[in-house]
Amino acid sequence: MAWFKKEKSKITKKVKVPEGLWVKCNSCKEIIYRKEVDKNLKVCPKCNYHFRISARERMSLLADSGTFVEIGQNLTSTDPLDFKDQITYKERLKESEKKTNIKEAATAGHALIGNRPVMLIVLDFSFMGGSMGSVVGEKFVMAAEKAAEDFIPLISVTSSGGARMHEGIVSLMQMAKTSASVSRLKETGLPYISILTDPTFGGVSASFAMLGDIIIAEPKSLIGFAGPRVIEQTIKQQLPENFQTAEFLLQHGMIDMIVNRKDLKDTVIKLLSLTTGGNKSPQSEHE
Amino acid sequence: MHYYLDFERPVAELEDKIEELRRLADGRDMNITTEIKKLEKKARDLRADIFSKITPWQRTLIARHPERPYTLDYIDLLMQDFVELHGDRRFSDDPAIVAGFARLGDMPVAVIGHQKGRSTKERIERNFGQPHPEGYRKALRIMKLAERLGKPIITLIDTPGAYPGIGAEERGQAEAIATNLQDMFTLKTPIISVVIGEGGSGGALALSVADRIIMLEHAVYSVISPEGCAAILWNKNGSTVGRKEYENASDALKITAQDLYGLGIIDEIIPEPLGGAHRNQKETAASLAEALKRHLADLIDKPDDILLEERYIKFRLIGELEEAP
Repeated sequence: MAWFKKEKSKITKKVKVPEGLWVKCNSCKEIIYRKEVDKNLKVCPKCNYHFRISARERMSLLADSGTFVEIGQNLTSTDPLDFKDQITYKERLKESEKKTNIKEAATAGHALIGNRPVMLIVLDFSFMGGSMGSVVGEKFVMAAEKAAEDFIPLISVTSSGGARMHEGIVSLMQMAKTSASVSRLKETGLPYISILTDPTFGGVSASFAMLGDIIIAEPKSLIGFAGPRVIEQTIKQQLPENFQTAEFLLQHGMIDMIVNRKDLKDTVIKLLSLTTGGNKSPQSEHE
Repeated sequence: MHYYLDFERPVAELEDKIEELRRLADGRDMNITTEIKKLEKKARDLRADIFSKITPWQRTLIARHPERPYTLDYIDLLMQDFVELHGDRRFSDDPAIVAGFARLGDMPVAVIGHQKGRSTKERIERNFGQPHPEGYRKALRIMKLAERLGKPIITLIDTPGAYPGIGAEERGQAEAIATNLQDMFTLKTPIISVVIGEGGSGGALALSVADRIIMLEHAVYSVISPEGCAAILWNKNGSTVGRKEYENASDALKITAQDLYGLGIIDEIIPEPLGGAHRNQKETAASLAEALKRHLADLIDKPDDILLEERYIKFRLIGELEEAP
C-alpha cells in the first residue's frame, strides 16, 4: 500500500437513522434528507444501503395491515445470574425498555402475509443489540411450536449481535433450545423462512437464523459467526473486501438470495404460495 | 517438574524444597526423612487451603492448564481399541476435533472431542482446539453413523471456542454449528457430554446437545471467555483490562461446574484430585469411567421416542423468565 494512502477502516459502524432533519448514510456517507430516507423504507436512495429498522417497522412492512396478534408480549427475564458489570442487568433492561419502548429484543406473533397465516418473529437491534437471552429464546420456541401446532409456516427476521452474555450459560443454551424447535418444525413438513438483516452474528446466526429452509438477506447486511474485529485481532490480517456481507454469503453458498426491502413482502408471499398447500401431502400425517 | 500457576506459587516453593531435601537425604538420613514427611503434609495442607478458596478465574486457569489431560488422553485412559476416523467428506479433516469408535468397558461407543495440542508444533496443528466448520461436520457425520449402527455417543468438550477466521466464515462456521445443534436433537441414540476443560461458547455447545451433561470439578463452560466479557463490559473508558477484570467477569458470568449445577444446566460434577485432573490422571479417568457407565446403563434401554422427548424437554425448559403484569 502506498504510504500516502489513508487506510480505510474495514469495519463500518452502522447505526439506525438518527433523529434530525438530515442523515448521513453509513455506507456511502452522503447527507440525505431524512424524509426521503423514511419514504424509501429507510433505504439510502443513493447507494441502496438498508438502515436498521425496529421490530415494529418490520412487522408493518411484512404483515398485512392489522393482522398481527402478538404472543408472549409480557415475558421478561428474571436475571438468572444476578449479573452486574458497571450497572446491573436489571437496570440495563429497564434502560433498554425506556429507550426502545419495547419489553424485549424479540417480538413474536401470528400474522397474515398476503392473506396467508404465518408465525412471525422479529428481532430488534436497538434493544441490547438484539441479543438472545431467555426471553428471545422462549419467544422463538413459542412461535415455532405454535407454527407446528397450527400447521402454518414460520418466518424469522434477525438483527442481533448474538447471545446475551448477561444471562451467561442460560443464553448459550437458548441456541440449543431454538435449534431443537426448528428441528421439530421441520419434521412437520412446513417451511421455515429465515430473513437475515444487518447485523446477524454469533449465537443467533449459529442457531436458528442459519437453519432456515430458505434464507433471505437484505443487501449489504453483515452476517457471520465471529465479529470482524475479533477475526482481525485473531488473524492479524486485513479482511477481504465484502467480507461477511450478504453478497459474500451468497457467493459462498450460505444463503439463497438477496432481496431489496421494497420487494421483501412480495418475495415472501411468492415463496409461501410455492412452498405450502401443495398437491402431494407433506411428510407428516397432519390432516 | 510440574507447571505451576501463579496462585500455586507457595506450594511450588515448598515442593521444590522437598525435592531438594530428598536429593540430599538419598533415603538414608532418618532426620531428614521425618522433616520431608512434615513438609509434605504442610504442602498438602497448603494446597488444600488454596483450593478451598479457589476463584472462578483460577478455575479457568486450571481448566486451561498445559498439563491437563486432553480428549485423546481420556480416550486412552477410559477406553480400549480406539479407531480414529477422519474427514467431513466435504472439504477436509479438522485436527481440532477427533472422532471415532472405541470400547468403554464392553460397550462399543462413538467418541468425539475437541483436541488441543501439547507441544508448540502440535498446538498449532490442532489450532489450539478451535475447530473449523469441517470439524463440526466430521463430528456430525460420525454421530449419524453411530445412530445408524445403534452405538451411544460420548463427547468430550475442551475448546476456547470455534475458530474466528476467514476460511471458517467462508465455509459457514455459523451454519455448521447450527446444524449440529439441530440434528443432535434427532439422533436416536444416547448422547453423554463431558466438559473436561474449557467449554468455550457455541464451539463447545455444538458437541454438547446431550441427554446427560457432566463437568469435571475444575472445568468451565461459558457463553464468552472472561477475557472477552471483560474487554466488552469492563473496558468502558478504553482502559486496559487485566486479572482484576477477568476475576470480575468470571465471577459475574457463572462459569464453574458448581455454578452450572446450581443453575440446573448440568447433571453431575466429577471430583478431581487435589490440585486438578493433571495431578492424577488415572484417578480422574476412573471417576469419569464410573459416571459414564452409570449414565449409559440408565439411557441405553430407553425407547427412542422417550429419549428424544426427554432431550427436547431438557433444553426446552432452560430459561429464566416471568410474565410481567
